[in-house]
Amino acid sequence: MFRILHNTSFDFVRQWRLALITVVVFVVPAIVLIPISGFNYSIEFTGGTELRLLFPQAPDVADVRASIADAGLGEAEITTFGSPNEIRIRAQDKAQVEQQASGATNVADQIETALRARYGAEGFTRLGSEAIGPRVGEELRRNAIIATLIAFGLTLIYISWRFEWRFAVAAILGTLHDTLATMVFIKYLNIEISLFVVGGILTVIGYSMNDTVVVFDRIRENLRLNRKKPLRDTINASVNETLPRTIMTGTTTLGALIAMIFLGGEVIRPFALILTFGIVVGTFSSIWVAAPLVLWIERKYPRETDATPHSRVPATRA
Amino acid sequence: MNSLKARLLVIAAMVIASAWALFPRTVEDRFQRDGVMVDTTYTRIPLKYGLDLRGGMHLALEIDESQQQVADVNDALERALRVIRSRIDEFGVAEPIVQRVGDRRIEVELPGIDDRERAIAVVQRSAYLRFQITDRTQALERVAPRLDQIAKARGLDVATGTSTGDSAQSSTLGGIFQTPTDSAAGDSATAPSDGPFRRYIAPGSLPGQYYVAQADVRRIERLLADSAIRNALPPGKVVRWGADSVSISTQWYRPLYVLDNRDIITGEYLVDAKPEQDPMEGAKVTFQLNNEGGRRFRNETGRNIGNNMAIVLDDKVMSAPVIQGAIGTRGQITMGGRDIQPAQDLALVLRAGALPVPLTVVETRTIGASLGADAIQAGIYSGIAAVLIVIVIMVGYYRFSGFLAVVGLFFYTMITLAILATFDATLTLPGIAGFVLSIGMAVDANFLVFERIREELDGGKSIRMAIDEGFDHAWSAIVDTHVTTALTAAILYQFGDGPVRGFAVTLLAGIIASLASAIFFVRTLYYVWLSQKKQAPTTLSI
Repeated sequence: MFRILHNTSFDFVRQWRLALITVVVFVVPAIVLIPISGFNYSIEFTGGTELRLLFPQAPDVADVRASIADAGLGEAEITTFGSPNEIRIRAQDKAQVEQQASGATNVADQIETALRARYGAEGFTRLGSEAIGPRVGEELRRNAIIATLIAFGLTLIYISWRFEWRFAVAAILGTLHDTLATMVFIKYLNIEISLFVVGGILTVIGYSMNDTVVVFDRIRENLRLNRKKPLRDTINASVNETLPRTIMTGTTTLGALIAMIFLGGEVIRPFALILTFGIVVGTFSSIWVAAPLVLWIERKYPRETDATPHSRVPATRA
Repeated sequence: MNSLKARLLVIAAMVIASAWALFPRTVEDRFQRDGVMVDTTYTRIPLKYGLDLRGGMHLALEIDESQQQVADVNDALERALRVIRSRIDEFGVAEPIVQRVGDRRIEVELPGIDDRERAIAVVQRSAYLRFQITDRTQALERVAPRLDQIAKARGLDVATGTSTGDSAQSSTLGGIFQTPTDSAAGDSATAPSDGPFRRYIAPGSLPGQYYVAQADVRRIERLLADSAIRNALPPGKVVRWGADSVSISTQWYRPLYVLDNRDIITGEYLVDAKPEQDPMEGAKVTFQLNNEGGRRFRNETGRNIGNNMAIVLDDKVMSAPVIQGAIGTRGQITMGGRDIQPAQDLALVLRAGALPVPLTVVETRTIGASLGADAIQAGIYSGIAAVLIVIVIMVGYYRFSGFLAVVGLFFYTMITLAILATFDATLTLPGIAGFVLSIGMAVDANFLVFERIREELDGGKSIRMAIDEGFDHAWSAIVDTHVTTALTAAILYQFGDGPVRGFAVTLLAGIIASLASAIFFVRTLYYVWLSQKKQAPTTLSI
């Protein structure tokens, strides 16, 4: 049989400082940057109007902007989407959102009318449009935050139940690391936060947890097999033993995601990008963040008896 | 080998159940063809495309309380739902969705429609309710020969449409109906070949009610739209379609009503309507009018005892009960029977007309059909590429065992699709992404097992032992990973809206299928392989 990374014995725990790199590059900026400048939210969250138009030839974006401004519609963000012939117009400033909410006149139709006057009735086709009132957006933002918090809470409870609280805390911290890093990645690439992207972040949380659980599962098993061995060695051995699976799963999932990046189209691309990053960072953190954290927590809050170092919390306490 | 037999039986049952769930079914739907609504049955695989894949329009409406407080939001939403549902016909789409979301929002999805202005106008218009007396003078029977003449003179009879096969089929249906087995209120149907009105319209069970076979509805609508024919309709009468089709001996008919063109009362006088269950009379609807309405209604109903009163909402006849006696401010409509549902529906119709609900549009989303087609293509391409990558890695790295895993992936795909079909889930673009991702999960479970089997082999176990131990030891990690992902997916489902929900649903279905496939199916494949060997194998290709 052909094998990769078989019978390795890297001292991963000693390299915990590697984690400092991701912490400095991603986590610290997350804590600093995000509260300051926030994100680029899609209209699903802010309310507003979005139009996607297809022109026969690439239109002059400045000209499109001028036509919209001439019609008294104020600021609109105009970007090409996929091909240069396809443009996306977004009107999401406060006045426009309020106009949308009152329902009096539809901003999308006003924009379309203005552009039809400029480019002629057959000048472009409307591929799609979206108009969302401000209250819906608020509700969505609240739901997204609640969803993330509950996801964290439930996994914390589940892992505490299956393992013990030290593992749960380490897993949650590792996952928190990945979540923050992913948020900053989104910020660096200026990816707009849409519902779909929030779905992507939650999926990263799921994957990261997944990966950590596999490593922890092995630690749990090895603790049971050999109670005399120092925890540090057990952790190292466990990470090494699960390394082939970690790499294989990571590679395969990355392969599928890269296919989605290149072939999945504009809508899926940001999602696939986020997951790609998330999987890399999630794999990294299970090895260099979560596993050393278990050791660190163990040292701070050692187990009461050495005789039963493996079982679940209530058992150890009893 | 009994356990192997049992395993194979379980797998066979799962395959049969999945095939059953995915077998093309006959679905019945109402949609518009050439400008006219038809009820059609067609056969398709029970997986629906979401709006983002086939194009269409999504609307979210909320009760508008900016002008005045709405007393009973729940009731108001139910009324609005009833009205919007009955109006959706105007768009002529197959499989529209009109549903409540949360406690104050209505979601409308109209596949294939992107005329936003019209959709909003139609959905927001307030309901108009009126009561009219059905015709009992057989006015239509009397003018039918004249109408047929006009139709012939204007060439409307033959040149009815685009499809000729359709007309051949419908004339035989008309013929069946002409055998006077039904309560023949008139003899309009005695000369079948004289013209469309006498050929395709058959008397119904009430005075002033007629049936038109579903296939002929379009023809008759087009005739009724003609100005010359409209002028020749009996004076003082109005022709209206019934809201719902009826089924008579496996054939669907749409009722057509001839009514006196005078409203005996309109919704503005109606104060309330309630369904009731009476031990003597069965289900009934009681309604209340204001004083002025009561005065008018007593007069009108007194003059029309024994006639049928059509309840017309938005120009469609909802029902036509018989007037038993003069009714004042408080009336009741007896439905009979033990089932309260028809009474609830009718009460809802009456309230909808009486108390229109102001709705504001809080969200619209249109997706052009070409965008949907592009999305499907991109989704399929990336899906195929992802599966190919997985196959190459699997077979390349694990050889025979990898091949078993790939067979497992097909099983997995079938189970996932079957679960989606069973729960009537919609396939959306994020759904495809979730599907691709859950393939990753399924494959991960395989990796966990295979790596474990390798370790057990390293430990000097026999092939059979290594396989068993591999699966048993990988079990806890697989369960934990699947449960944590399922938790996230369930939360996404609970809090997500449209697209995110599609993602969560496929992910959840995929997680279940992944457990069935990676743990149970692949292990059984190993057992089958072992049982084929005469003696215990000494090597395993993994």
